[in-house]
Amino acid sequence: MNAPKLTAMQHGLQRCETCGLVSRPAPGKEESCCPRCGGELIFRKTKSLERTLAYLIAAAICYLPANLLPVITSTTFSGSESDTIMQGVVLLWSPTGWPLSLIVLVASIMIPSAKIAALLYLVITVRRGSIKSPGQRVRLYRLVEIIGRWSMVDVFVDTFTVALIQLQPLMSVQPAPGLFFFAAVVVLTMLAVESFDPRLIWDPASSKEVSYV
Amino acid sequence: MNAEGEIVPRESANQALADAALTACPSCDLLQRLPSVAPGQSACCPRCGTVLWRRRVESLNRTLALTVAAAILCLIANTVPMLGLTVVGRESFTTVAGGAKKLWENGQHTVALLVFFAAVLAPALQIGLLLLVLLAARRKRPPAWVGLLLRHLPFSRTWSMIEVMLLGVLVALTKIADYATVIPGQALFALFALVFVLAAMQSTFDPKEIWDRVEWAETETRKPATGGRTMEATA
Repeated sequence: MNAPKLTAMQHGLQRCETCGLVSRPAPGKEESCCPRCGGELIFRKTKSLERTLAYLIAAAICYLPANLLPVITSTTFSGSESDTIMQGVVLLWSPTGWPLSLIVLVASIMIPSAKIAALLYLVITVRRGSIKSPGQRVRLYRLVEIIGRWSMVDVFVDTFTVALIQLQPLMSVQPAPGLFFFAAVVVLTMLAVESFDPRLIWDPASSKEVSYV
Repeated sequence: MNAEGEIVPRESANQALADAALTACPSCDLLQRLPSVAPGQSACCPRCGTVLWRRRVESLNRTLALTVAAAILCLIANTVPMLGLTVVGRESFTTVAGGAKKLWENGQHTVALLVFFAAVLAPALQIGLLLLVLLAARRKRPPAWVGLLLRHLPFSRTWSMIEVMLLGVLVALTKIADYATVIPGQALFALFALVFVLAAMQSTFDPKEIWDRVEWAETETRKPATGGRTMEATA
């Protein structure tokens, strides 16, 4: 059984992730640098799955305090009140403001959890050497890559609420500890996306593929 | 460093291939030949469909024009007030960086730095890097440092979150509008325009056009051998 060589790696070639140049490493060398741009060259991202998984676990740990702890505290004469992210969504819900409320709900609660779940699925399938629908899994990865940044929206909402409502002693708003954990979830999931190497999804299929010419 | 003070590249540099059209898909690593593509068209990987190259019409000139516009808008957006509010005769104003400053004063240092980076520093870096790259790329043979700057562009792009911030500001506005009169500042309009200019700037930019002409990082030391350089840029 001699499968055809399909990928650059099977041909012993490396593609520079920065400038796109394909080049040949010296025999026996795994890591080197690109002759055109000088960037680091490796066949696949080093310890990609391990690093992605580590970031995901860290993100999952931060996810709980991010949603349970309050993100802002408002102080008025009648005392102070703390709001979590979910309470912020509920507060925004009104006959006219519901589209924005929905955006925050999707961006702050659904996207981070969906991102963790999607990346976990990708890591598990790659680790098992799955050859099922690699094309769709790569598309899932690209989707996660694009929409991930939108979960930062709540951080900005709270930042500018805090910056504007500084009308002591009438009313003032302070950031609360949950904000740190929420920002941590966003950053950690973005780092997890960065550490994952989508080419790993195709590798098992590349070594077995027969139908593709 | 050698006698002339130049940085000597690591000796482990790869050998370039004789066939300059050979490329690999960034998503599935399929080795293939990049077809010649007419301006405005794109080439996709036959196996996974990832876009390999989107050739743009007049890419460098158009991107330069948009980048200059973005630089001006970015300057305005960060110098004038973005939002204000009045409630029972009291006024309060904030700029973009002012938001990060308030968080810092309230003890949220890490988040303050993140907000400042994503809303001010990364967009400025993205615009500044691209401006330098595009100006230097007007030369027939762009120097190797253009490649160094170009390498850091994707990083600044990932973390530049003007559009996300604008949505955040919009939501904050709606929240605040319940108990105070909100005054939109000039920076808000500049940011709104900036979102579109940045998007246009990114989609007209074709880095391949610069990579094909740039001075190679490894040429200086490889001069006697020249084995490493097998391709000449095709205009």
